[in-house]
Amino acid sequence: MIWTAILLGGVGCYLLKLGGLSIPARVLERPVVERVADLIPVALLAALVAVQVFAHGHSLVLDARAAGLGVAVLLLLVRAPFLVVVFGAALTAALLRL
Amino acid sequence: MATGAYGVSFGAVSVAAGLSVTQTCALSLVMFTGASQFALVGVLAAGGAPLSGALTALLLGTRNTLYGLRLAPLLAWRGGRRLLAAHVLIDESTAMSVTRPNTAAARVGFLTTGISIFVLWNLATLIGAVAGTTLGDPRHLGLDAAVGAAFLALLWPRLTDLRNRLVALAAAAVALGIVPVSPAGVPVLAAAGVAILAGVLTRGVDPTEFPEAPR
Repeated sequence: MIWTAILLGGVGCYLLKLGGLSIPARVLERPVVERVADLIPVALLAALVAVQVFAHGHSLVLDARAAGLGVAVLLLLVRAPFLVVVFGAALTAALLRL
Repeated sequence: MATGAYGVSFGAVSVAAGLSVTQTCALSLVMFTGASQFALVGVLAAGGAPLSGALTALLLGTRNTLYGLRLAPLLAWRGGRRLLAAHVLIDESTAMSVTRPNTAAARVGFLTTGISIFVLWNLATLIGAVAGTTLGDPRHLGLDAAVGAAFLALLWPRLTDLRNRLVALAAAAVALGIVPVSPAGVPVLAAAGVAILAGVLTRGVDPTEFPEAPR
């Protein structure tokens, strides 16, 4: 099933790229389509953050991951590089679990 | 370099989510668009169905379609070259070509950026994935917290205006609200509804241009 997801997702993402280069701009260049397309990454990424950090199976929990996210916010506020943000969050959670 | 670090994180996070090194590298080779790849493994890590993961990845991949629409007249490729160029149509190659004054310069910017990032991204993925398998239990290393931080780092530059911040908050709330009552993977997909709703309802008006409430 994981291989199916990789191939379906991969081919689909390629077709989305190719579609952009191939279809006439007027088909999709409408304000509402552009707005929705701009907002989809915002909504999906925010939902991914929330679920990744606060969900455990079907329940909502506050654990070491939330502390990791807090550290990530602080690091982003001081404009730390991507890797520092990610490892800072991981280190925080790992230390809290010792 | 930023791409290298990002690719190493992806490789490590992906094997921590339960994918094999081969699957992780295949994802970087075939999908080659960072946020979608992170989304797929993120949904899998949270226990979601592989197809929910693929669907989330596709939804995130739609922004590349918009890049393509913008670049098509500038790059002006046809046939086989367009088929090849499409694979390296990502944030970075778009950024390095969309501002160029003519087709020749845009093609150079697009290809040098796209191909070098493709090579770097796949090498970094391999390094991260191999390193990830030697690390042991992902929870002890806080790798589950790292995934959330990676998504936040991807989201951060998009939180520039009020509308985007409100959409992000609403999407997170919707997703968490339905976590208890839906299969894993569904809450994230449902959050796309917030984007659609906000995009349709804010028609013609940029909410950031609304006057501030009186103090």
